[in-house]
Amino acid sequence: MESKKIWILLSLLLVAVLVATGCQAGPGAEEDELQVAFIYIGQPGDLGWTYEHEQGRLMVEEELGDQVNTSTVPDVPEGPDAEKSIRDVVNQGADVVFTTSFGYMDPTLTVAQDNPEVIFEHCSGYKTNDNMATYFGRMYQPRYLSGLVAGRMTENNQIGYVAAFPIPEVLRGINAFTLGVREVNPEATVNVVWTNTWYDPVKEREAAQALLDEGVDMIAQHQDTTEPQKAAKEAGVLSIGYDSDMAQFVGDTVLTSPVWNWGTYYVDTIQEILDDTWEPHQFWGGLESDVVKLADLSPKVPDDVAEKVDEERSRIIDTEWDVFCGPINGQDGSEMVAEGECMTDEDMLSMDWFVEGVEGTLE
Amino acid sequence: MNEAMIVSLLTITIRAGVSLLYATLGEIFTERSGILNLGVEGIMMTGAATAFAVAFHSDSAWLGLGVAMLVGAMMSFTHAFLTITLRADQVVTGLALTLFGTGLASFMGQRLGPGGETMVGLQGPVFPRIPIPVLEDIPILGPSMFNQDVLAYALYLLLPLMWFYLRKTQPGLHLRAVGDNPAAADVLGVPVKLSRYLYTIFGGCLMGVAGAHLSMAYLQGWAQNITGGRGWIAIALVIFATWDPLRAAVGALLFGGINALQFRLQAAGTTIPSSFLNMMPYFFTILVLVLITWGEAVRKRLGAPAALGIPYIREEKH
Repeated sequence: MESKKIWILLSLLLVAVLVATGCQAGPGAEEDELQVAFIYIGQPGDLGWTYEHEQGRLMVEEELGDQVNTSTVPDVPEGPDAEKSIRDVVNQGADVVFTTSFGYMDPTLTVAQDNPEVIFEHCSGYKTNDNMATYFGRMYQPRYLSGLVAGRMTENNQIGYVAAFPIPEVLRGINAFTLGVREVNPEATVNVVWTNTWYDPVKEREAAQALLDEGVDMIAQHQDTTEPQKAAKEAGVLSIGYDSDMAQFVGDTVLTSPVWNWGTYYVDTIQEILDDTWEPHQFWGGLESDVVKLADLSPKVPDDVAEKVDEERSRIIDTEWDVFCGPINGQDGSEMVAEGECMTDEDMLSMDWFVEGVEGTLE
Repeated sequence: MNEAMIVSLLTITIRAGVSLLYATLGEIFTERSGILNLGVEGIMMTGAATAFAVAFHSDSAWLGLGVAMLVGAMMSFTHAFLTITLRADQVVTGLALTLFGTGLASFMGQRLGPGGETMVGLQGPVFPRIPIPVLEDIPILGPSMFNQDVLAYALYLLLPLMWFYLRKTQPGLHLRAVGDNPAAADVLGVPVKLSRYLYTIFGGCLMGVAGAHLSMAYLQGWAQNITGGRGWIAIALVIFATWDPLRAAVGALLFGGINALQFRLQAAGTTIPSSFLNMMPYFFTILVLVLITWGEAVRKRLGAPAALGIPYIREEKH
């Protein structure tokens, strides 16, 4: 019995130590600095979605470090559980909270309504409040540019696309990419395989492998790991990355990647809050705002392709034209956007159809 | 579907099945001794992280594998100590092990790269695919079965051995006795606690190998949350395979195979909704394993070790 007591004592001690060390985490206690918290869906080390938000946070630290104090909560699942994490950072004294995944929308709104003195910024959603804004990027623009590259570089005109979920954001990306592909190569088709997960290295690889077996000679993707790019490279096939510049991790077989770049937005927004000029908004920035970019082109891309990309990029930045301006046909060949017309933001945000040239199902 | 596509499908089926089967076999031996180890997911993930980290820094895939096995053994030893010696609740302890393991692996993934940076995106030593001369010339089966990595070949040997050990040898009989009726085994002179310790630790080693296969053979690199719930699939497979190694192999191959097949159906232009196709591996694996065990299941009440999850205490009267 004596030994059992010792074990209980030891266990209690262990718990006490863990609790004590755990309490040291969270935002620092310097009162006069603006406390900014970031809620992440994954780990900053994922080199994908969360990594890019982390790069933005680091830019805030660098540029406004003497006025703000930032903190992060990684690995917060979407849905009701997120509410607890958001409440926790508010209770720990956060003045501004950035929630960086679509599924945090309702929890963010709930906590925002309970804490009117705190400012909330939710990424990729559509609900706002007096103290809650949304922000996102027109990723379809760099995706279109990456499609130009893919369309020129495919040899057999079959391009594979590993995609997460059939929701408007992803459909918009596939459509923009395909419009880019067919702008320079009207013969090419884009074959879509759904994984129904944002993040599963094994599934993403297997989906890419299935497309490669089907004979595609180019892989694009809307996922959060580099596995489709790695599978393509192992099969001796070129690819287009996403999220961050995947050529850094996979090599020059990744021709380019449409990438997120949150730093400028984060710094500007926090500056507004510091200046007390912040107002609720729905920010959807394109290439002109630098929130979305096309990563540097691989040395494998010929100069004339690079010139075409630059040309189209300036057309978009100069607002001469946007990706979803007609004429655009749907998957079955029927007219979806007439010549001379452009889709409204609202239509783009609720897109539920494929353009001509996409092979795949919508569910 | 032409021959090359069938070969590719079979190859990926086996490649995806290997790590799943290592984990499932580990859990089968653990549970056969009466210990339920729900820490599979955590052990696999920590195994994958340590295997890759060690292999990367030492430039030796074998050293990585060894360390992954050692880590699996240590983690399952913790489970054994808490549940066998301290008689803690096996479910709670196992879940804690998974929480600990996934957290630890994620932490290591962020810190064990060069200069304390992330391991994501690094390329380290791998277990390459090695075609076996002569055998690889068999049509279809040759290039798929006999163009795999060393860990897959080891499994080809290990699987029948484990089945034979469990079914046909005296130590195997003792193992089943410890899981079914520890008091009787004790009377027969089988060291119940020691057996449970050993098989739990052995099972943990195999789970470590399962993780190592993911990060050094299948994906050839570290990714956060690399196992993606495959540890839980392994636990489910144990039940549907009715604690039998050969049926576990059927289940693991089915799961890997149908998953690969459904992506191929999508790529080939089927009109079936992808969400339905994505569900198929889970659905069919369960269905097939239920069907092939149906007759026996009724007779043998599913074949679960009778003392699974129950601590053995010698003095207690039942």
